[in-house]
Amino acid sequence: MVSVKEIPGAMGLEREQLLDLYYKMFLSRTVAQRERMLNRLGKGPFAITGEGQEATQVGATFALRPGHDWVLPYYRDIGVAITVGQTPRDLLLALLSKSEDISSGGRNMPSHFSEPKLRIVSGSAPVSTQLPHAVGVAFAAQLRGSDEVALVTTGDGGTSPGDTHEAMNFAGIHKCPVIFVVENNGYAISVRWSQQAAVPDVSVRAAGYGFPGVTVDGNDVLAVYGAAKEAVERARSGDGPTLIEAKTYRMVPHSSDDDDRRYRTREEVEAWGKKDPVVRFQKWLEEHDLVDRRKLDEIQQLAAEEIDEATEYAENAPKPAPESALERVYAD
Amino acid sequence: MAEKTMLEAVHDAMFEEMKRDERVIVMGEDVGEGGVFRATEGFVAEFGPNRCVDTPLAEAAIVGVAIGASLNGILPIAEIQFADFSHPAFDQLVSEAARLYYRSNGTWNCPITVRMPYGAGIHGGPYHSQSVEAFYAHVPGLKVVCVATPHDAKGLLKSAVRDPNPVIVLEHKKAYRLYRQELPDEDYTIPIGVAELKREGSDISLITYGMMMHHSLKAAETVHEQDGVSVEVIDLRSVSPWDKARVLESVKKTGKALVVYEDNFTGGFGAEVAATIAQDGFDYLDGPVTRLASPDVPIAPFAGELEDFILPNPEKITTAIRKLASY
Repeated sequence: MVSVKEIPGAMGLEREQLLDLYYKMFLSRTVAQRERMLNRLGKGPFAITGEGQEATQVGATFALRPGHDWVLPYYRDIGVAITVGQTPRDLLLALLSKSEDISSGGRNMPSHFSEPKLRIVSGSAPVSTQLPHAVGVAFAAQLRGSDEVALVTTGDGGTSPGDTHEAMNFAGIHKCPVIFVVENNGYAISVRWSQQAAVPDVSVRAAGYGFPGVTVDGNDVLAVYGAAKEAVERARSGDGPTLIEAKTYRMVPHSSDDDDRRYRTREEVEAWGKKDPVVRFQKWLEEHDLVDRRKLDEIQQLAAEEIDEATEYAENAPKPAPESALERVYAD
Repeated sequence: MAEKTMLEAVHDAMFEEMKRDERVIVMGEDVGEGGVFRATEGFVAEFGPNRCVDTPLAEAAIVGVAIGASLNGILPIAEIQFADFSHPAFDQLVSEAARLYYRSNGTWNCPITVRMPYGAGIHGGPYHSQSVEAFYAHVPGLKVVCVATPHDAKGLLKSAVRDPNPVIVLEHKKAYRLYRQELPDEDYTIPIGVAELKREGSDISLITYGMMMHHSLKAAETVHEQDGVSVEVIDLRSVSPWDKARVLESVKKTGKALVVYEDNFTGGFGAEVAATIAQDGFDYLDGPVTRLASPDVPIAPFAGELEDFILPNPEKITTAIRKLASY
């Protein structure tokens, strides 16, 4: 039997790590599906998820040291939150805007992940405002002489706002230890990439900021991990930022309030469904004899138990006290 | 005690804070070379380019990067070269800095200071003259101070740097070199949100801030000498939070309120002050709560004749006092 490290494309990961990658992707998918289901059952007024983008989210984040490095996710990044340590319970408490919601106590919309202990920086809804924050976090790490890096994500629409340009330019000048990940799923709600940018690959823009940019197959978790690992090493060793464009696809509507049939053909959605990154990685593991059916059942069962426990807990958790809306406007 | 201009006081406040706490940095356009007003003169020589950071000409990045750095152990003083240029950073100030603490349920806070020279009367034209305090005072989560004396500038800027919240420090640029004032040698701060009684009086309460405070003191002196009218002048110094109690206490005593502000009449911060007096001080009033401000035209046209025509000045304030005194 060959050692895992000799398998082409395994990126130097051990079997346990590869299975952990798979588990995080599968769990992210499970959480997203449950969030949509709970929304359809009328239990939460809004859900926004990113089924189809798990390879990008989990693969990129897997290259970090959780709790040491920083993440500044955008609203589709259940996979980022899960990979650095948020639990299905954390995410469902946010979905149902319960008092215990660690991200915001029910103040922010769901999927606006935050947790200082895990170094997940709270985000907003205006797109790409988190990019300058990531640069600031990374700049501060530089000033303090720490080897922390910051990973920030945005969507393809997020490549257009001015904040994105300003952040990348600043990061390039100061060689900040930051990794910009564009989860390019081809659509900003309904607006196609061809209406968002005049270049096929947004990674070429990195050249204008004086740092490397790469485009990777965002549905190939190991390819994304490999690119992120290289970017993290560059950042940590003082060589500055990297822009990673991961080409992927959102297999679901933009949010619970969107009907993507208005702008995407079912044929297109089905064709991408055949490239599902979770299924694809499962097949890769099977092809390389790293899992058998029994092991897969075990992993999937674990995720099912976790999500059921989380659902029950979150549904029964108390809502915030109404008058607490007036509290914590200013820090003391 | 040393005599300082307001600009020197601003310089000294930052310099002393950077000496006191190595987490404090300054960042902005041209700050490395000393800044267009020379507020950071000599900072690179003293603290190095890592703590006096020349940024690209990009205001959203200046504020946005400061926000991020503040989450990771740095206490940034971001300089927006002119308050008029803060508009590209409006989203970072309003959506991000102001809301971070609330939206994270008090688990993240954003201890940044954003300095902005503001105000008219210096032939700055429509883009180096604006009063922006009403925009930011409207936003919960931000603190906003308006300084126009050397003593206040130093004490309030130091308080801003030490505050765990985002604080916007608006420095009236016409007051930068207006006069010298003796400042204590020892470290001092002035609490944010506390007004100062600049002149005691019994007939009218005049509530103001910024450059209008200096004009109002002149007007108060004039009506005292020429008309025997006694005007109490209160300098708010902070517009968010603002010292409602002090204002109402004064109106209770005098029965009349004149609010003077440099910004456009409609929706300027003085409108909030006037509305509060009308609602909470109604029982004290012997005359209409009166506002004097610039007319609703872009502030300020460049030509001296045009600028002088629109801005409140000691003469216009004197007229307003006399009218209110006649009730």
